[in-house]
Formats: sequence, C-alpha cells, structure tokens
Amino acid sequence: MNGINELNQLKAKAVKDFEVTDGYRVVVGMATCGISAGAKPVLEKLREETAAKGLSNIQIVPTGCIGMCIYEPIVEVFEPGKDKVTYIHMDPDRVSKVVSEHLEKGKPVVEYTIGEGEGDKLRNLDDVQFYKKQKRVVLQNCGLIDPENIDDYIAIDGYQALAKAVTQMTPQEVIDLMKASGLRGRGGAGFSTGMKWSFAAANEADQKYIICNADEGDPGAFMDRSVLEGDPHSVLEAMAIGGYAIGATKGFIYVRAEYPVAVHRLKIAIEQAKEKGFLGKNIFGSNFDFDIEIRLGAGAFVCGEETALIASIEGKRGMSRNKPPFPANKGLWGKPTIINNVETLANVPKIVLNGPEWFRSMGTEKSPGTKVFALGGKINNTGLVEVPMGITLREVIYDIGEDCLNGKAFKAVQTGGPSGGCITRENLDTPIDFDNLVAIGSMMGSGGMIVMDEDNCMVDIARFFLDFTVDESCGKCTPCREGTKRMLEILDKITAGNGTLEDLDILEELAENIKNTSLCALGQTAPNPVLSTIKHFRDEYVAHVVDKRCPASVCKALLSYFITDACTGCTRCVRVCPTKAITGTVKQRHVIDQDKCIKCGACMDACTFKAIIRK
Amino acid sequence: MQNDCGCNCNKTEDKRYTELKAYIDSVKDSQGITMTVLQEAQRIFGYLPLEVQKFISENIGVPIAELYGIATFYSQFAITPKGKHHIGICLGTACYVRGAQKVMDKVVEELNIGVGETTQDGLFTIDATRCLGCCGLAPVMMIDDDVYGKLDNVDVIPAILEKYRG
Repeated sequence: MNGINELNQLKAKAVKDFEVTDGYRVVVGMATCGISAGAKPVLEKLREETAAKGLSNIQIVPTGCIGMCIYEPIVEVFEPGKDKVTYIHMDPDRVSKVVSEHLEKGKPVVEYTIGEGEGDKLRNLDDVQFYKKQKRVVLQNCGLIDPENIDDYIAIDGYQALAKAVTQMTPQEVIDLMKASGLRGRGGAGFSTGMKWSFAAANEADQKYIICNADEGDPGAFMDRSVLEGDPHSVLEAMAIGGYAIGATKGFIYVRAEYPVAVHRLKIAIEQAKEKGFLGKNIFGSNFDFDIEIRLGAGAFVCGEETALIASIEGKRGMSRNKPPFPANKGLWGKPTIINNVETLANVPKIVLNGPEWFRSMGTEKSPGTKVFALGGKINNTGLVEVPMGITLREVIYDIGEDCLNGKAFKAVQTGGPSGGCITRENLDTPIDFDNLVAIGSMMGSGGMIVMDEDNCMVDIARFFLDFTVDESCGKCTPCREGTKRMLEILDKITAGNGTLEDLDILEELAENIKNTSLCALGQTAPNPVLSTIKHFRDEYVAHVVDKRCPASVCKALLSYFITDACTGCTRCVRVCPTKAITGTVKQRHVIDQDKCIKCGACMDACTFKAIIRK
Repeated sequence: MQNDCGCNCNKTEDKRYTELKAYIDSVKDSQGITMTVLQEAQRIFGYLPLEVQKFISENIGVPIAELYGIATFYSQFAITPKGKHHIGICLGTACYVRGAQKVMDKVVEELNIGVGETTQDGLFTIDATRCLGCCGLAPVMMIDDDVYGKLDNVDVIPAILEKYRG
C-alpha cells in the first residue's frame, strides 16, 4: 500500500461488489448471539437453496450483531431502490420459503418479517421502536458488512482515516484532534483519550506499545465482543492511528479466550490487513511501521485493570500493582504503554474522518458521542443499544426496552456491573453520562445495563455481585482479599435468615474501609453494589434481618410454602415432595409440615389448582 | 541419555509432547510466552497435569512453582482432568436475574456433583460461566458447543442431559 490513491482504487472496486445494483444482498446475523440462536443452519440452508435453484444474482453475507437479540436468528434482504426487509426467528424451513417466494419470485414473505402480527404491514428493523432513539456510530457497520472480508470494510471508507493520519497529519495533530473531540474512555472511568495519548507521546523510549483491552469481564456486558465480531477492522485501524500518534510500532489485543468467534475474526482481519499493507512496514508509503499481535486472556476479571492486564501479557499472574508509575510512563516490559478499550478505539477512525465537531454534535458537553449498552434482564427488548450520551434512563428502559417483562413492576436498573450500583425509579430521568451516573451512586462501567423487577431480591443481587468479586479478587491486597470475603459471609448470613441489624452497620463500615484502602479499582469499587442496595433498599435488608422475610420471595431459607383452600386433595404434591413433608387424605385439603419442608418448590410446580402459595 | 525434548524424560513416544515442543520452538523468541504455552498445552492435553508443567518448565526455563502459580490463578486452566462433556451454566447478571440459579441447582441435583466437579463416570463437568453473550435467550446453559436457552422451566433439563449419555 503506497498511498491514498491506491486505497481509493481498492475502494472503487470494493464499492462495486458491496453495493447491490442488481439482485439481492442477503445478510445473516452471525455474532455469537445469532449463532447461539441457530444462525448457522440458516446460513447453510440459504446457500444450499439458492445454489440448488441456480439463483446467481444473490450475495449471501454472514455479518455481525444486528442488535436485537430477542429476534435472532435474523436475516435481512437488501434490494436496490427498496427498503430492506427484516426476517426474524428464522429457521431452515422459513429459509426455504423466503428463497422460493422472495428471492426467486420477488414477493417478500410478510408473515416472517418483523411486522409479524400487524396485518400485511411489512416492516424492517429501522421502523421498530427499539431503534428509533438509537444512534449507531460504533455499531454502524455491525450487521451490515461481512467482518471476514476486508473489501466490505474498504468499501465503507475503511482505512481512510489511517491513510489521512499518516500521510496528512503529524502525530501531534492526531492527538490534538482527539483532545478536541472530547472522546472519553468507554471502559469505565471515562478518562480523556487524547490526554492519555499525549502522556505516552511525550515519553522518549526505544519502544512503546498500544494495547486494546478486550478483556470484557462485566458479567452482563457484551458490547466489545459485538464490535470485534462485527467490525474488527475498525479496531485495528484505530490501534494503528493510536500507534502513529504516540510513536508505538507494536500493538497487542488482549481478548478473552471465552470469545472464540471474536478471536477467529480478529485473526482473519489482521492477516488481511497485513496482506493489503495496512499493517506492517512503511504504511501508506510513510516511515510508520505497525504490527498487531493477539494475546488471549485466561478467565480473570481483574485483568481488565490495566496493570494486571500488562502483567498477564508479560506471562505472569494477572495481579495489579501500585500506580504511579502509570503505564503511559512505565507499562508493558517497562516501556510507555497506552491501553484503550475496544469501544473507545472503534470511535477513533470516525473522529479522524469526520472531525471533532461532528463527534461533539452528539451527546453532552462533557461526554460527547454515543455509548453502547448491553440491555438485559427483566426487559422485553433485550439487545445491544447504542444511544447518544445525555438520553435518560427512562427513554432507554421504556422507549427502547419497551418496559419490563410480563407487565411486572420496574424495581431498579443496575449499571457498571460488579463495580457499579443500582438506580431506582426516582433517578430514571437523569441524563446518562459519565459524571451523572456517578452522582446518583452508580457508574457508567463498560455498559452492562440490567433491569430488575419486583421479583428480584436486592439483597440477593448484592450477594451475587459480591460472590463474583470474591471469586475474582487477585488476592494481592488484604482489604480486597479478606474484606470482600467477610462481606459475602455477612450477606450469606442475612439471606439465610440469621442476620441482625448490627450486621448492616458492619457491612457499611467494611465497605467504606475496602473502598478506601484497596490497591486497585476492583477492590475500590467492589462494595458499590452492596452500598447502593443498602442505600436504596434498606427496607428489604431490614425485612430480611428483622422480619426474617424476603419480600421478593427469592431467598429460599426465608420462604415458607402453604396449601390454601383451593386444594382439592388430588395428592399430586404428595407424590413429588422429596421429603414427604405433605400429608392429607384424598379429596381433602393437604398440609405441609414446615419442619420437614426443604423449600424446593416442587409441590408448587406440580399443583394444577394454584393451591400452593409461597410467602 | 537425553531425548529430543532436551531432558531425560520418557516422552518422546507421546506425540502430544512433540506437538507441544514444536509450538514452544515456534514462539521461543517472543517475549512473555508463558501464558500462550500453557494455553497451547491445555488445548493439547485437555488439562495441565504436573508432568506437563514439568515439561514446560524444562523447555522454557520458567520455574515450575511460577507455572503452577499461573495455572491456578486463571480460571481457564485446569490441573485435574475435565469430563467428556462440559456443562457451562451462564451466571452472568442477565441470566442470574432471570433464574440461572434454579438451572444451576437442577443440574447439580441431577448429576449429584458440585460446581467445578466432574462426575465419577467422567462424563460431565459443571462450570459456572460468565456472560455467554446471548442475553436474549436467558437463562442459558451450554453443553459443549450446544446452546440451550430460555430454560425457565427446569424440568426439561434431565431430558437434555440424557442426550449426552448415549
């Protein structure tokens, strides 16, 4: 690759293949979520049937995450001059019909489209409520291009930003541009990306590194995975731009081993980029050399912390260390190192191409741009959501997520994963940005957004997160290693019905100490889920310790099962009870012996008369 | 007498050691290869018995104590053999709030082993995994590469397990 002209020639050719001028382009959502839901047999059937019918003007393209998990497997059909058609819940049988009706005869199969159940109204995903308030920047290419084909990426201005940076800008100009855009790190803390780059750029060293942190550890978040699976080249391009800006010639992508699809696509992307000369020596005819290597994580949440991540790449136990020195001064193998998160990087090429004003036109003054959230839990529209910063939580949950499942009452939304907190109804109108979420006792985190309803016990949720951090604490510093364990023991005691009011005070005291004295962010934030649930749901804690009652009927030890008047004496429950705790005569109301009952709930599931209640 | 692998062990006949040695030779000149070698060894052997750790230690010059420290730090590495079928129950937050614990309890009850353990017949290992990324299907369980979603009714689990017993 010698210069921008050569890239433009490649682009002109790639555009011809990418844009459908005749026939159809059929994309199948093949991210992990799509594959889990059964997209592979759908893709195979599509290929088989179109080949068998000899349909030649059809491009079948596997793509990344289209975004709406609940409708997977999704197939979209693009036709020149027409709106795209979105088919949902596809399976091989449905594919046969779509091929013979739509692709062969040109008649869309209305009943399989997303407009299902709304008469003959044919709709596509763009019309769905779920997408109306979204703004797709980072996810723009996911679900559109074939992530395993570099030409698709080139066709939509891929590598133009890198070409512009290395041929027309100085490293300092790139850094100034990033500073002007106001881009803040999407990994959680929200530090200015341009500022970070300037620290490493200022250091003289024979070798510097740039690392992409793809160790997405929040147990309810998968944005980074979707970007890597759907648009891997955008991350490679951004790393090269970052490398140019700070003077690094080597990049590492530290990615979770649990993301095999993402790893596979990254490997392909790196090979293709090397082949085309976007990575390697003298990129675009400049003096800039840059190479990228993949390193796999091995299942340790703490490796999302930058000093632990560095230790892991060096081949050691992933344990964090004191800062300073910051990695920008002394990082990987003691050399200046910049670590950026996947989503942060995915913004970079777009900012270089479109300028900082464009980026600042989205979001808020202090948090420009968009943020991707993994919306999940007790919500109707589960999926990947990209919204401009400044949108309210209410809009995300009610307009995009379309309310809680089964008409249940909303209780709280959890953001920031094991480091974050719960946000309750009264704060739903807070505009989402880095600073506001901290102000209401949670944090942006990497972007997990889990909705909870009246059936979720907040003490149990706090216990769930603590269980996670205890498991994932690296063990280096005492407050985190021992303190979180003690907190978990107290929460276990409370959920088992043996807690006291003093325990709540001890919990809060421990939490403050752990926050103030832990070595790294894992420990410093570990108590947050407990503190925020105690703050907002103290009454639930009190119900557990004083009344020995779990208001949401989750904590097993605090539940009792009773048989009501509705019992017909069918004896079904007697037969399923593993401890023979239920007695009674046929056709008469039965009774549960509370001493024998182990609260397994088998009787309640077996009862066809809804005569067994739990309270 | 020294073997090809550079030590006096008895491993030249086991092709897996040859494969591992070839991998070590291919990455020897890079920095920070300890993790990648352990990952490759785990792929080849399925787990990291002491023998394998010794072999790696001799070949890359990292003390076995350090290797053991790494192998036990990361949850991906196993130092005991795993079952033929790997059951991963997603305990990510989205699955958890939608009842993953009930799924876990049912599998534990059915197989009569704890989380992280392997059945006596060597058929199943149960693991709690982090978010598998298919939150739309929550609660989710994976057996090997097969995904079972929307397990709201845990009564279907015995039949699912049965499929892997044949």
